[in-house]
Amino acid sequence: MNPTDLAGRRDFLKGMGKAVAAGAVPISLVKLAFADPALDFSFGYISDSHIQQISGTKFVNNWDRGLIRAVAETNMLNPKPDFVVFGGDLAQLGSKPELDHGAEILSKLRHKLYCVMGEHDYYLDLGEYWSKLFGPHNYSFDHKGVHFVVLNSILTHDEWTYNRWPSAEQRMLEMAGLDNPNGSPFMVGEKQRAWLAADLAKVAKTTPLVVFSHSPLQKLYKGWNFWTDDAEEVQALLAPFDKVNVIYGHVHQIQYNQIGRISFNAVMATAWPWPYPNTYAQAEHAMPVLTVPMNRADPFFERDATGWQFVNTTSGRVALEYNLYNNTNRTVAWNPASGKPEDRVYQDPAKQVPPQIHY
Amino acid sequence: MNRKIAALAVAAVVAGARLGADEFTKKDQERWEKEYMSVVTKGRELFTSPKLGTNGVACAQCHPNAANTHPETYPKFQKQLGRVIALREMINWCLQQPLEGKPLALDAPDMIALEAYVAHERRGVKLAPGKH
Repeated sequence: MNPTDLAGRRDFLKGMGKAVAAGAVPISLVKLAFADPALDFSFGYISDSHIQQISGTKFVNNWDRGLIRAVAETNMLNPKPDFVVFGGDLAQLGSKPELDHGAEILSKLRHKLYCVMGEHDYYLDLGEYWSKLFGPHNYSFDHKGVHFVVLNSILTHDEWTYNRWPSAEQRMLEMAGLDNPNGSPFMVGEKQRAWLAADLAKVAKTTPLVVFSHSPLQKLYKGWNFWTDDAEEVQALLAPFDKVNVIYGHVHQIQYNQIGRISFNAVMATAWPWPYPNTYAQAEHAMPVLTVPMNRADPFFERDATGWQFVNTTSGRVALEYNLYNNTNRTVAWNPASGKPEDRVYQDPAKQVPPQIHY
Repeated sequence: MNRKIAALAVAAVVAGARLGADEFTKKDQERWEKEYMSVVTKGRELFTSPKLGTNGVACAQCHPNAANTHPETYPKFQKQLGRVIALREMINWCLQQPLEGKPLALDAPDMIALEAYVAHERRGVKLAPGKH
């Protein structure tokens, strides 16, 4: 991205009447010295809209508004992103009316759309209707020198999926409750890992990888499925590559981490925010120490602590620009000096603010 | 002789059903704990129920395990309302806004159950009234 492009983006953000400190994203940091500008690009990322049907043509207005706003704002991005990703959990209970209504809202996007499967889209009919609308559950593509992989990371044990529940509706409800002890840990699964190994075998180790999954591909807190059960096996397949970026949804909050050469970035939900696992007093968790949390939500602002992001890709590393509706925007970007993703403002403990303390 | 009978009578009363006010058994404690847990369980059911409000949204959708409800901080100055409130008033706020439902009476059994569940998930955390 060149400085002119950044100015355009600033204008867009100002035009939306945001309390955005555009100056908080210094130009010198956006444009990295090593970059071949021809290979720089950006894409939009919208996730976790949880479109929820009440009955007939009535849907939960709050969640609708989140997705409608993200789509409208993504359309106004200047410069235009090369494509937009939807990160999963388009629907709340995976029904045709919910997926159709979500698809209708997404149809207003003026960009090419890539979709990721979420558990709320999957466990009613095992992704059949979702597939009719959005295509395969896992796939890969190449874009401007970067190899992109989309995984369906919300699979689980066959016994749970096929034999445990008297109906598909019951199965969907059991998986939909985040804290439901009857749920089951997410996994990519052996079959898809074999597909991933074969897909990556064709890719040079110097080619930057960007992996999209719904669940984290790392183990943070099992009780809420901030977790992928075969995360280590998936990480082992990604580890030989020089530059690996995993972007995931599901957690409805800012998270970032670095494991070996793999950087991890979570995206915001458009529907509602989730608490950080460390706020649940009865459980053990493993939140990345690197993560400076998002601000605690103010429930009196319906859209607070929700949002969407655009992702700048430079030299095969990603910078996530979080557009937070009722809050100061944030940027979490790969820092080549430290070799980790870092917040461009708040990484320094002296700059952190009281609303970032969750308890 | 009379004195001896009186002493026996007192002993009989103590050994009988009429325990002193400050005396209870393990069995009593177990029963009270069971009563309490049945209300907590009912609270969990309400907290995860799509039927508490009118739009199918459940409390647990935003508050898994009732996290981020901070029961230990109430009563506190609720900055958005501009006054000191009890947790129950915040529960009612949630019932009316995100759940698009009706508020409960502050002493309604369902309200007590919701509060019991929220507090139970937060057990062991130090009281911090007034903390934002």
